[in-house]
Amino acid sequence: MSQTRLSDEEIDWSAPAPAPPPAPRRRTRRIGSLEVLAALLVLLVLLRGWLAGQFTGARLQTWTTVFVSVLVQAVPFLVFGVVLSAIIAVYVPRSFWAKALPRHPALAVPAASLAGVVLPGCECGSVPIAGSLIRRGVTPAAALAFLLAAPAINPIVLTATAVAFPGRPEMVVGRGAASLVVAVAMGWLWLRVGKAEWIRLPHRPDLDGKSKFPAFWSAIRHDVMHAGGYLVMGAAAAATINVLVPGSWLQRLAENPVLSILALAVLAVLLSICSEADAFVAASLSQFSLTSRLVFLVVGPMVDLKLIAMQTGVFGRRFMLRFAPTTFAAAILVGAATGAVLL
Amino acid sequence: MSRLTQAVVLLLFGGAILRASLTDLYLRYVKEGLRPFLIAAGVLLIAAALATLWYSLREGETPDDHHEHDAPASGAPGDDDGHGQGHHEPRVGWLLILPVLGLLLVAPPALGSFAAGQAGSVSAAPASDSDYPPLPPGDPAPVGLLDYASRALFDDGKSLTGRNLRLTGFITPASDGSPMLARIVLTCCAADGRPIKVGMTGKVPLEVPADAWVEVTGVYSPHRAKDPVNDVDVAYVEVTSWQEVPEPKQPYS
Repeated sequence: MSQTRLSDEEIDWSAPAPAPPPAPRRRTRRIGSLEVLAALLVLLVLLRGWLAGQFTGARLQTWTTVFVSVLVQAVPFLVFGVVLSAIIAVYVPRSFWAKALPRHPALAVPAASLAGVVLPGCECGSVPIAGSLIRRGVTPAAALAFLLAAPAINPIVLTATAVAFPGRPEMVVGRGAASLVVAVAMGWLWLRVGKAEWIRLPHRPDLDGKSKFPAFWSAIRHDVMHAGGYLVMGAAAAATINVLVPGSWLQRLAENPVLSILALAVLAVLLSICSEADAFVAASLSQFSLTSRLVFLVVGPMVDLKLIAMQTGVFGRRFMLRFAPTTFAAAILVGAATGAVLL
Repeated sequence: MSRLTQAVVLLLFGGAILRASLTDLYLRYVKEGLRPFLIAAGVLLIAAALATLWYSLREGETPDDHHEHDAPASGAPGDDDGHGQGHHEPRVGWLLILPVLGLLLVAPPALGSFAAGQAGSVSAAPASDSDYPPLPPGDPAPVGLLDYASRALFDDGKSLTGRNLRLTGFITPASDGSPMLARIVLTCCAADGRPIKVGMTGKVPLEVPADAWVEVTGVYSPHRAKDPVNDVDVAYVEVTSWQEVPEPKQPYS
């Protein structure tokens, strides 16, 4: 490989599923996405006055405010995370990670988890990276430990947590420690009971070169569109819960220590918020105990709806059916135990 | 979604963020300290859009033929949307239109009386030191709502008595319909905003609609009540005069 060209293996963050047969060439013009977008924008500008008039109800207005503000707050973290992970994905060769890890699998697991500290990125980025780590010969246990640890314990996410919980450094420490323990435990568990045939990596289209600079921007474009789209979903769900769920209902759940932990664990799965932004949502759930909010922060980056979808795509359904529920249980247990000790 | 379309969406998204952070619009949603990061993020998004635009135009991609990079030596992008997960990425990416819509067309107002009515009042925390610092100079002396509630509830108003006070907030109806003075307290964004409510006695601004901002001049009142939403103590102020004011640049405290 020359200095300026990358093999497809190195820029494969975006190709986790088997490639369908190439679409047949079409000579007839079809309406493409650009035309749809243009029509949509023209429509929105034309209907602008009417549209603004629709947002007068207090409930809808509050929903919109909360939705927009979750997004505005999360955007800098999302963008910087995406940029840093693009730099690492494009300018740090993947083979580096394979060489840097210890040979013995039981030692490679904690080493790979700790490698997550220096690889900032949200969970959307770590799934394809873990897939190609396995492809590069890294033991699956270590790659999975990395997959779980990287989105939760990297500096950007921990900084966001510190910003969201001012004056509570124990939340940052608890989040880092609990996430690390879950990641290492899941890696070792995979060494004990995991079966290689559960993981089914998709067929990768053949090598295709791309120079680094376009690859860098392409990575950013892809990650922002992908993670940003899921972030919009998460912000909408968060705003809906904020506006619709009566305070007294959450209050009742929040009063019971066990129920509050389970409720927030489920909420973390349903909301699917990027790990760079979830601390701010956790901070807003102020009627819940700190322990249950810690569980929210530990579960969220490891198991959520968008991760389940991505893991099915990259590792296969048989893997996901076993991995996601086990991780969910482990994250709740470790998160709750850490909260009991630290908070 | 073709790369060209993605470039346009990225451009709109970055532009919306940049516009909100260069005007005062962002203050309705987040704290002031985030501004430099918002500007940098907006610039990066626009740069990514322009790079995408540049490369997709240079590589001759049109919206309808981006499946056709099949010459192995062409250096065509291997990650393009015709392949594999491309079926998920574009669909999710469409959602980025929604925040653009929210920021450019709707621009929702800062949280107001609906949010204040739905959530219980912030419980004012006692000062970390045993003594409260003296009020700022001036007659009337400007006091924040949270500061007032804290001094009133935990210090029995010792540092407040004998002074004319000026409080600013918006009007929100209490459960019995009487107006209260409120302000939303942010930790970091409007999603975690919670109201601080202060009751009023004396010359209460009765005829002012909810969400209108008022500047109230008054003195300390020993009257107390509970917020029915979460059973937190609510302090009262005895109003001597008031006037409607425009919404402050920084609506949150």
